Amino acid sequence: MAYSGSTAAKTERAADRAGNAAAAVFPTRAARAAGLVLLLAIAVALPFTMSGFRTFQFTQVLIYAIALLGLNMLTGYNGQFSLGHGAFYAIGAYTAAIMIDRWSIPYGWTIPTAGVLCLVVGFLFGLPALRLEGLYLALATFSLALAVPQILKYFEHWTGGSQGIVLSKPKPPLGLRLTEDQWIYFLTLAVTVLLFVLAVNLLRGRAGRAIVAVRDNHIAAEAMGVNNALYKTAVFGVSAAYTGVAGALSAIAIAFVAPDSFDVFLSITLLTGIVIGGLATISGAIFGALFIQFVPNWAQDISKAAPWAIFGVFLILFMYAMPRGIAGGLQLLWGRLSRRRTR
Amino acid sequence: MPDPAETPSKRPALLEAQALEAQYGWTRVLHGVHFAVEAGGITTILGANGAGKTTTLRAVCGMVKTRGEIRFEGRRIDGRATEDIVRLGIAHSPEGRGTFVDLSVEENLRLGAYARRDRAGLAEDYARVYRYFPVLEQRHRQQAGTLSGGEQQMLAVARALMSRPRLLLLDEPSLGLAPLVVREIFRIVRAVNREQGVSVLLVEQNASIALDLADHAYLLETGRVVMSGPADELKKDDAIRRSYLGY
Amino acid sequence: MDIFIQQVVSGLATGGIYASLALALVMIYQATDVVNFAQGSMAMFSTYLAWSMLQAGLSYWVAFFATVIIAFVGGVAIERVIIRPVENAPILAIVIVTLGLLVILTSVAGWFYSYIQKPFPSPFPSKPIRIGTVVFGAHDLGAIGVTLVILLLLFLFFRYTTLGLAMRAAAQNPVSSRLCGIRVSWMLGLGWGLAATFGAVAGLMIAPVVFLDPNMMGGIQIYAFAAATVGGFTSPLGAVVGGFLVGITENLVGTYVSVIGTELKLTVALAMIIIVLLVRPSGLFGRTTVRRV
Repeated sequence: MAYSGSTAAKTERAADRAGNAAAAVFPTRAARAAGLVLLLAIAVALPFTMSGFRTFQFTQVLIYAIALLGLNMLTGYNGQFSLGHGAFYAIGAYTAAIMIDRWSIPYGWTIPTAGVLCLVVGFLFGLPALRLEGLYLALATFSLALAVPQILKYFEHWTGGSQGIVLSKPKPPLGLRLTEDQWIYFLTLAVTVLLFVLAVNLLRGRAGRAIVAVRDNHIAAEAMGVNNALYKTAVFGVSAAYTGVAGALSAIAIAFVAPDSFDVFLSITLLTGIVIGGLATISGAIFGALFIQFVPNWAQDISKAAPWAIFGVFLILFMYAMPRGIAGGLQLLWGRLSRRRTR
Repeated sequence: MPDPAETPSKRPALLEAQALEAQYGWTRVLHGVHFAVEAGGITTILGANGAGKTTTLRAVCGMVKTRGEIRFEGRRIDGRATEDIVRLGIAHSPEGRGTFVDLSVEENLRLGAYARRDRAGLAEDYARVYRYFPVLEQRHRQQAGTLSGGEQQMLAVARALMSRPRLLLLDEPSLGLAPLVVREIFRIVRAVNREQGVSVLLVEQNASIALDLADHAYLLETGRVVMSGPADELKKDDAIRRSYLGY
Repeated sequence: MDIFIQQVVSGLATGGIYASLALALVMIYQATDVVNFAQGSMAMFSTYLAWSMLQAGLSYWVAFFATVIIAFVGGVAIERVIIRPVENAPILAIVIVTLGLLVILTSVAGWFYSYIQKPFPSPFPSKPIRIGTVVFGAHDLGAIGVTLVILLLLFLFFRYTTLGLAMRAAAQNPVSSRLCGIRVSWMLGLGWGLAATFGAVAGLMIAPVVFLDPNMMGGIQIYAFAAATVGGFTSPLGAVVGGFLVGITENLVGTYVSVIGTELKLTVALAMIIIVLLVRPSGLFGRTTVRRV
């Protein structure tokens, strides 16, 4: 097709990527580990240096990062286009809300429950999704995303209808000297680190290669013994689980859920996040989360009258400058620099 | 060994490449290739898989990133867009035929003539092309994708001829075709060259049939010209016989 | 029975509008593998321009044709200026650009024209037309007529003109098209221009019914997705047939199934999408593409 580029362009991109993959690794493992430790240190120090509201914003960044990591697993690494991940976010959020509000279950239990529930639901979704490719899967998930607010409003008895469910912010346990915002931040940070470590192990190992192989050439993958159906549905499940956990955390952090927060724009925002952050990258989840949390605010600062127009311009300019997302752009830059050094 | 860039006769080079390099991304495929096609002649480029033969034709048509010079009728064409290059009088029958599979045979031919300014000779050209390839006239309303491999190759050549080119580039026309069909197509290429003076640059893996057709030949190995000369001489060369002609 | 016929005709009218927008989506998808999320917004913006012209005193049909021409030029310009820089980027990157465009157009329209709904005139008389015992809205019949005229012109263009042939070729096989001297990039631009034209016509026909506001085409675009899914995203004919089918189904279900009030009307579109995707993803007229490994 015209935009996917001619054969020459495709071959060129493949060669490009091969070159970059090698060059994208940091010079030494030690340097890389040091970088991560530094990042973690900054993350831990953050809430003590800023206001409660800012802390809350960064909590939201972490929550988005988890959701984006989940979506990226499915769409970036495994090539299944989902325009409906907002649905899993909603399931996670409402699971947490209903458990806390209706059944008075401590909030800590809601997080793994949301994860497991979404794992199962996602897996079940993955089964019919096996028959749908590319555009068609996107359409199916898009339609489901559109239906979510209506479904939530319909089951009023459980979901509290249009008015939603109000929760109270959890208090820090064990008498820790933290504000509520700080406590939620650290809880979220802990979950984020755990889930990221799990994802790295999954995606950088054999399973990860199989997942990508299924995306790039599923016939060849099958011929090499990779069970396509199993991997695709499993990835759907895991991806949904991550997003569900993010949803649960968001319910706890915001202390409120309502159907209109989970409309199709949420799904579109998540998709935007992984493309801007960088498809098929783990760091992309963080870049994307920072973008979708803060750039709309900047846009509003620039223009009160038409903030979304400014946001739209940002989106377009980002794609011009970094079509492979921020992570992709950094990889290219690193690749160019290291190539120059070896000449 | 004769200088690769010299053409044997005194006729001027219609197409000339000097120090041609080509790459896909960071992978370089051609490493400083020189060749020339003389006006009115048939030149062939031989070589094994991966030698860079198809890339050479793609380079001429601007379909791949290049360095070095390519001149057509004395004017530089390297760095120009494909659609501009073909409008100068070059037609390319690409690797894999490049048929418009969802369109009819007739529509494929119409597209071949798309860039022509002189609409007058069009009917004459249809007639001529149908004379060369009667099977295409029989199937002219048929969907091109339903044609056999040999028929699609004929269609590819016919489509190229519809633009009344001065230079015809043929990329492995024998690929995947039965020997009888291949002979027929090559017979027609020779006829086109003789009757209309269309120069031909032929890229082929089938060395023996290519050397039978061509006046001049180049041998490409991993992106470099390792041998060149009149086709009859190369046919008799021992190294070529053993590696490429199989006896 | 009379109600049935009325609803069918009314369904054909809205169906024609869905068909126009679906045709725009399918045209661009066929040539580029990209779903233009901004199609509806472009249509909405064109309709607002028409509104401005009408406010300035131009007569309806003058404004209509001027809008169509401006939409065409605008579509070409958008493809050449905004989409071209990412032509060779990954598909999702281009999709994000169209999302950006959607958001920009909606926001600018809201800023410039405000979010308050505005009435929009119909060129057709408001007096209903009586055929036998059945009463039809003149606007409904007019909308069907306009849709059919546009479709006929499009069919003739693609089938019988050289430019139409070149556009089809460029969409199917850009590499070979370049070898025929076709300027593929410009063909894509033309494609976007034509698509924008259909969108504009759809907007102009629906605005009298749903009133003009920046989010006017949101629901319509979803119905257009349903239409293209039902008919097949790879078939322009399918998009048209799908549009009419969706329109009729929506109306009949709305009339005869009491549980579906106007609130859940969108559910019909969504249900049709899901059902088609479960049963026959390529749609009625679409072809499943066989890809060589």
